[in-house]
Amino acid sequence: MADTKQLYQEVILDHNRKPRNWGTLPDATHQAEGVNPLCGDRLQLAVKLSDDAVEGIAFEGESCAICKASASMMTTAVKGKARSDAERLIQEFRDMATGKLDTGKEPHHLGRLTVFAGVRDLPTRVKCAILPWHTLHAAFNSMRTTSTEADADPMHEQTPGGAA
Amino acid sequence: MTAIHNAVLERPGALDVERVRADFPILKLKVNQKPLVFLDNAASSQMPQPVIDRLVKYQTSEHANIHRAVHYLSEKATSEYEAARRKAQRFINAPDEHAVIFTSGTTEGINLVAHGYGRKFIGAGDEIILTTLEHHSNIVPWQMLAEEKGARIRVVPINDRGELDVAEYKRLFNAHTKFVGVGHVSNALGTINPVKELIAIAHEHDVPVLVDGAQAAPHTRVDVQDLDCDFYAFSGHKVCGPTGIGILYGKAALLEKMQPFKGGGDMILSVTFEKTTYNTIPHKFEAGTPPIAAAIGMGAALDYLSGIGMDTIAAHETDLLDYATDQVNRMPGVRIIGTAEQKAAVVSFVVQGVHPHDVGTLLNEEGVAIRTGHHCAQPVMQRFKVPATCRASFAFYNTMSEVDALVAAIRKVQKVFG
Repeated sequence: MADTKQLYQEVILDHNRKPRNWGTLPDATHQAEGVNPLCGDRLQLAVKLSDDAVEGIAFEGESCAICKASASMMTTAVKGKARSDAERLIQEFRDMATGKLDTGKEPHHLGRLTVFAGVRDLPTRVKCAILPWHTLHAAFNSMRTTSTEADADPMHEQTPGGAA
Repeated sequence: MTAIHNAVLERPGALDVERVRADFPILKLKVNQKPLVFLDNAASSQMPQPVIDRLVKYQTSEHANIHRAVHYLSEKATSEYEAARRKAQRFINAPDEHAVIFTSGTTEGINLVAHGYGRKFIGAGDEIILTTLEHHSNIVPWQMLAEEKGARIRVVPINDRGELDVAEYKRLFNAHTKFVGVGHVSNALGTINPVKELIAIAHEHDVPVLVDGAQAAPHTRVDVQDLDCDFYAFSGHKVCGPTGIGILYGKAALLEKMQPFKGGGDMILSVTFEKTTYNTIPHKFEAGTPPIAAAIGMGAALDYLSGIGMDTIAAHETDLLDYATDQVNRMPGVRIIGTAEQKAAVVSFVVQGVHPHDVGTLLNEEGVAIRTGHHCAQPVMQRFKVPATCRASFAFYNTMSEVDALVAAIRKVQKVFG
């Protein structure tokens, strides 16, 4: 059984209470909106790419604690990083959340983001954690909106626990 | 089925909950090392042993296809299937078993009426009245019809307690009004709508009414003749029966006039490539091999509920609702959404500063199963300006101590979120 108490640990609760990089980014070069129609999570993400690196990033929206904390910690993790490094993190985070990457045994670059590893045992909450990363991927590719249920969802096939 | 009689205390009218609970094997489960507290009955109810046994008996010794062959098993399966239809007829006091159609559930029942009645009798410029409280399944089929035909949907508003505005409902009628669809009980808030009054008003304008009874059939005595509704739909899996089966009642005169919904075997009298003659009701609407076991299982479930007594069930659930409402109201930072005067045992609530999904996940940690989300009733969420709610929905097998478990679990959520 999932130990959800482990998921709702202080670092996640703290980012939920005081999300970092919250707001808008007037000089954004890339933007996307992420929506999970099943639970109503919705966030707007703005990114400023400069020399193919994340110079600025901001988000706002309405979502559960898992989604908001994931978004907040994502922004701090990718800020200042090369786009390719950020994309590697997107991949690793998704693999961790869907149980394909065992962060305890395999090499990764997720650092403190491993606090979300427990979400793999909560199939209905996996999407909450992944949505911000999903949205970052869409922003990098200049898609204006993305949805966890969209046909064109670039990650859809790789997200188990799907549209149930 | 002595178990059902055992369920009733010597004191008439009162429910012996512990005896009832003994009939439900799933209620003995532990979730996260805690006893399961199942408060998601509005989504689907649990199945008692007599219904499980009935399904096993059917598959073990009675199964063949129905309405087909002359052999023993086919005749046995057919007679049990038709007996289940009569049980459903009695359960809702339908005047005629031919007016009782097996569907896959409430959703299919509503779609059947939207296609069979709507596509034939509703056209461009016509109006269909629905309410803000409707489940998506009583909105979307009518929207699809309206789009196809150029008809218009009119919506009855609700007040801050989650009750329909009957005066406004009356004002929506005009010469273009052709149909009314209304839920008997709101799945999201628990509001019991004054359907008898709403039906009488519609009939003054010669407008037929479909009642979505998915949330009412498990909790109250339903009498379609007393209501005088034109259509009544409900689901097997919400009345302690299997999934994949439901009932649509329709007034026979209307059913006769309607187009079949699905074409196939069993719904015809004769077929040539030039012309097909449709079967009589209800078979006209039951194309293909139905879920026979599920229908018979639902019949057993209706027997089970009737054995306890719908009035006994309703009285116990009202006690649960009153207690839960009182307990939740005492909690600072918790707000109940939907405070109608007439309510079924549903407590929809929000915890200040905590998203419903986080509440749901943490309640699950305590073994408490509730539903979180928009409950397939997004217009209700929009009306109350919340993205989602937490919903505890009770059944007759729930106890007062389970209400206490719910309240204790909500307190833990508040503690985690500080």
